[in-house]
Amino acid sequence: MNDTRRPAGLAPIEGQYDSGDFEPRLTQRHRQGVVWQALFLASTLIGIVALSALLYNIFNQAFGYVAYKSELNPASLAVNGVPLQQLPKAELVNILQENVSKGLFRRLEDDQPFAQRSRKDVYDLVVQYVVQYKVEEAWTLQESIFARDQVMQYASKNPDAVLRFVSWINPAFITSQQSSNPIEAGVLTAILGSLWTIAITILFAFPVGVGAAIYLEEYALDTPINRIIRVNINNLAGVPSIIYGMLGLAIFVRLLGPLTSGAIFQAGKSATSNGRTILSAGLTLGLLILPVIIINAQEAIKAVPNSLRQASFGLGATKWQTVWHHVLPNALPGILTGTILSVSRAIGETAPLVVVGAATFLNFLPESVFAKFTTLPIQIYQWTSRPQDEFRNLAAAAIIVLLILLLTLNASAVLLRNRLSRRI
Amino acid sequence: MGEQIQAAALPATRDRESPPIQEIDLSQRPHISEKIIQGFLFACGAFSILTTLGIVYELSKEALLFFTDDRVSLLEFFTGLKWQPQVGEFGILPLLNATLMTTAFAMLIALPLGLGVAIYLSEYASPRMRNTLKPILEVLAGIPTVVYGYFALTFMTPLLRSILGVNMVSIYNTASAGIVMGILILPLVSSMSEDALSAVPRSLREAAYSLGATKLETALRIVLPAAISGIAAAVIISISRAIGETMIVAIAAGAGPNFTFNPFQSAETMTGHIVRISGGDLSYDSIDYNSIFAIGLMLFFMTLTLNIISQRIVRRFREVYE
Repeated sequence: MNDTRRPAGLAPIEGQYDSGDFEPRLTQRHRQGVVWQALFLASTLIGIVALSALLYNIFNQAFGYVAYKSELNPASLAVNGVPLQQLPKAELVNILQENVSKGLFRRLEDDQPFAQRSRKDVYDLVVQYVVQYKVEEAWTLQESIFARDQVMQYASKNPDAVLRFVSWINPAFITSQQSSNPIEAGVLTAILGSLWTIAITILFAFPVGVGAAIYLEEYALDTPINRIIRVNINNLAGVPSIIYGMLGLAIFVRLLGPLTSGAIFQAGKSATSNGRTILSAGLTLGLLILPVIIINAQEAIKAVPNSLRQASFGLGATKWQTVWHHVLPNALPGILTGTILSVSRAIGETAPLVVVGAATFLNFLPESVFAKFTTLPIQIYQWTSRPQDEFRNLAAAAIIVLLILLLTLNASAVLLRNRLSRRI
Repeated sequence: MGEQIQAAALPATRDRESPPIQEIDLSQRPHISEKIIQGFLFACGAFSILTTLGIVYELSKEALLFFTDDRVSLLEFFTGLKWQPQVGEFGILPLLNATLMTTAFAMLIALPLGLGVAIYLSEYASPRMRNTLKPILEVLAGIPTVVYGYFALTFMTPLLRSILGVNMVSIYNTASAGIVMGILILPLVSSMSEDALSAVPRSLREAAYSLGATKLETALRIVLPAAISGIAAAVIISISRAIGETMIVAIAAGAGPNFTFNPFQSAETMTGHIVRISGGDLSYDSIDYNSIFAIGLMLFFMTLTLNIISQRIVRRFREVYE
């Protein structure tokens, strides 16, 4: 046991070593190996357990019993036996006028004249201001299944509350606009906001990113300035996203405010948005993912075999003709995959957009890039920060929408890559 | 002989079918459009430098306004134990302390687990196992951070509270934010470390086996040291990521600067403070507006330094095999 420097585990030479010298340690070493292997496996499993817990937690919150009351029973609002849901618009406006204060009615009229509002819009207003559903208690899926007695007990104690098992994520949730009432709140505003923002991000970051990658891979000589660009891109990729938010706040919102609020183009609503618009948000996210797009595109361009370029030059093509007709089409699958992956990162970004100045509440859908914005992650953040339980349920439902969106994007990246690479 | 005859015959046939060949100028023609395109591409590349300059310029400009304000002194900024803008107390330490605490918790979780995962995947797992496990871990890396924040607040905090007692753990606390941040960073540590471990040539492992080392001894004493530069880089990148992480701490660590070493109390981090202040109604050129840029500048330099160190480590200590 004393000469530990000896090559371990070597077969003992007759007479020189006592074989008993090795074996006890050998078993110990093997046992040690097994224990550690179990530890390594365990850490992998912990990662998977964490992922499962995360998903379970979200689904647990997205479904369950909810008990709610209404200020006014919807049945009492029926006119001549026609239930509230089927009343024509004129009747709904009447109900609204009768039941809300004059000031509120005038404010609603100011926001958008009732003559111009759709029937559904007016109906939503009636529900929001007259019926006024109020969530009393919400239970998680787990509680709804395993502690059903408590739920029922609560229901019997509060007979005036309506008890219902709801899926917080449902068609109405996806097609409704923002609302301060959890029963009616939806994510349509946030989904559209996300899509608008991402469209700006792609329009800005994709051409610039691919252009930069082409420059660095095809044109740039090894000069100091090009070396600085290369190092700089790597460093930019490591800058925390919130810093980009501050850059966006200082440059796009404040410095270029007249441009990003659309004041230059005389596009309405500029007075209210003061630069905190979809355009600013999209450009900020564009700056954020630019380094990632460049790095991915560089890899893709690097992978194009040099013989293609040589052949093209040999036939007399110019540099740009070679790049445009031969290098880019071959690198495209890689570039697109990289872009989609970075875009899905941008969709999930929250912090920079909070700093740029997402709106807390929007009662209209975005119509142009100069509109005030909110996005899905922002909506999730705002709902999560509310103290009431029912907003946590809404947040969980919004998270599911966001995750499905991301999953679709990533799946399309994989499909796109497979399809394009087969063609070439 | 045959080639010569053909070569001689060629001009003759050409003469018969097409007009006589004109003198071709083979010197390069100036391609104006090519130059324009190249100029545009260079501009795209240079744009990244503009971004960096923009970040440094804007952060410094506002931070300078902050530090030249009468209510602020540089010394107090770095040594003050209170951050209360309302009463003109601007000491960064409570925010910095909370940032370091969440980061420490995150690394406490991510480092051992991430390394364990990396060693398991690169040394033990069969290719099939690896191909199933890796995508699952990549899913973890692809989930938006706001979802992790939600997870910390609605799962980790109640869990901690049920284990340690409601009185001991407050609703917002740095421990739960840090633990969840560790889960977020785990895939980063594991994938970078696994790349480093897999890059170690097989011959090293086989040499160790031939000397009678067990699998564990090979992994820990041969492969791990050989890949240490890559792993160190991964760890430093992860620390930088944890320092800059925002949404988890903004949601779960609490609002309001608090100088405490108790991980179960609420404390606001640097990033959390920036988000909270800028989420409210922020008027330009107010001390609040300028102060978040000062914090941002500090954050920027902390992460930049860590990133540069990590790049240096990779470049300098990389073991090159064949």
